[in-house]
Amino acid sequence: MTQPMTITEKILAAHAGRELVSPGELIQVRVDLALANDITAPLAIQVFREIGAHRVFDPERLALVADHFVPNKDIASAEQARILQDFAKEQDITHYYHQGNGGVEHVILPEKGLVVPGDLVLGADSHTCTYGALGAFSAGVGSTDLGAVLATGETWLKVPAAIRVEYQGELTPWVGGKDLILFTLGRIGVEGANYKTLEFCGSTMEKLPMDDRFTMANMAVEGGAKNGIVAPDSITRAYVSERALHEPVFFSSDPDAAYENVLSIDVTEIEPQVAFPHSPDNVRPVSKAGEVPLDQVFIGSCTNGRLGDLRQAASILKGRTVAPGVRVIVLPGSREIALQAVREGIAETFLESGAVFGPPSCGPCLGGHLGILAHKERALATSNRNFVGRMGHPESEVYLANPAVAAASAVLGRIASPEDL
Amino acid sequence: MKIEGKVWRFQDHVDTDLIIPARYLNVSDGKELAAHCFADIRPDFAEGVHEGDVLVAGKNFGCGSSREHAPLAIRETGIRAVIAESFARIFYRNAFNIGLPLLEAPEAVQALKEGDRVAVDLGAGTIQILEEGETFQAQPVPPFMQDLIQAGGLVPYLRERRIS
Repeated sequence: MTQPMTITEKILAAHAGRELVSPGELIQVRVDLALANDITAPLAIQVFREIGAHRVFDPERLALVADHFVPNKDIASAEQARILQDFAKEQDITHYYHQGNGGVEHVILPEKGLVVPGDLVLGADSHTCTYGALGAFSAGVGSTDLGAVLATGETWLKVPAAIRVEYQGELTPWVGGKDLILFTLGRIGVEGANYKTLEFCGSTMEKLPMDDRFTMANMAVEGGAKNGIVAPDSITRAYVSERALHEPVFFSSDPDAAYENVLSIDVTEIEPQVAFPHSPDNVRPVSKAGEVPLDQVFIGSCTNGRLGDLRQAASILKGRTVAPGVRVIVLPGSREIALQAVREGIAETFLESGAVFGPPSCGPCLGGHLGILAHKERALATSNRNFVGRMGHPESEVYLANPAVAAASAVLGRIASPEDL
Repeated sequence: MKIEGKVWRFQDHVDTDLIIPARYLNVSDGKELAAHCFADIRPDFAEGVHEGDVLVAGKNFGCGSSREHAPLAIRETGIRAVIAESFARIFYRNAFNIGLPLLEAPEAVQALKEGDRVAVDLGAGTIQILEEGETFQAQPVPPFMQDLIQAGGLVPYLRERRIS
């Protein structure tokens, strides 16, 4: 008799060289891909050197992405980015991305086929959990843990218990992955999945496009989760077939696998969701947002900076102009997305509406640069966190929503549903 | 390992953006980061902490980003332990990795007030409020982990062991 396992447990077992693993167990795993960015890589590289390592475990299995303060915002961040560039050269790193050839780490790694179903990915960035959308195990770690992975290609993990979230029914107009994850966070709270797996499934997921799945897995960490995951299906296969740089392995949960908790969500009643300051779980439906005037709208980030997101926002902004006094910033998640947006006329739509169309970068999401908020200013963003001071002044406010709500709000100058137009 | 100092009290869900806002992440030097620790919500913190002081917070301390700069900044201010009701996953591992001990002690958190003087014994897992004498129990920090903290984190700990 084999013990039934979840998809997460199967991937972990495969990377630990084990037949089976159970929640709570400590296991040693091999890592398929390690990732660090311009904020976290300098510390990880320092750790790599301090432990006396000379060569990375595999120069093809490490991705270094300068994206947070790119294009370099000041001398100090330029120096940080330089550390990545020099290390990439010294170690012959295949996947080093900076500005022109890159974009936001969690957008470009799947896009370039570096991550495929069945992989185990560790990244020194909390939103590394994004790749769970492909049916991979991926989790964020700190720079010390990543520095050790750079040297050895291995690490230890605790097998997480899993929460299964079942979404059932047809989505209503303008509702997508962002709304499903915000609604779920509203249910479970910001530590509702601490140390655990969030496994997304159900009839709604079966039709959900990849871009929406990335958004959901991306924000699993906002519930404290170690990883978020979606079992690969025909949509996943179609996405990876034209991209995969190595062979995918398709895992799925056994029907009788054990879950710590099962949550069932009827999506037919869900309308676009807005997370109010200062927590991603402080959600309410957009119709209950009330009168919230805005100073800025940001469309982009590793959460909602993909082509599907930009297309949706552009479909609303087409033929309309942004409200006077509202600064609208659109940052595509990658060069490929930017290029496609130009080819499809989406970039033109944004510019004609009065928005700025900037370079791929994490930009204002974490209050780094490219759109910082002043005292008392309010922004609606398609990103993932609305903590105090996240996008600028500690007395500014951030509201989180999907790209359609962001575009409608840009036009009306207040938090609004596309239905209000 | 014994720690004695003043309590700095914080709320639930203290995220890593509050601990060290992202605009200060263009450097990775611990001392420089420490100067901006809690800059947005407690501007008096970085200057006011004395070596040995203890940070006390509610649920889910350290939620948000994976930035190791957060525990590093706290450690470099002179804070020697964080006591909370619970910790976010990535922060938990990062903190021990850089030599900042964490204790989960919900009852102690309820009792501890800003400015209290406390004595923390990591090996015994005890937290004592010095004025009132009341003592709370947390999970003891095992000897290997105390050695790791004493060494200043995982990297110096491993280096010391390789030499000996």
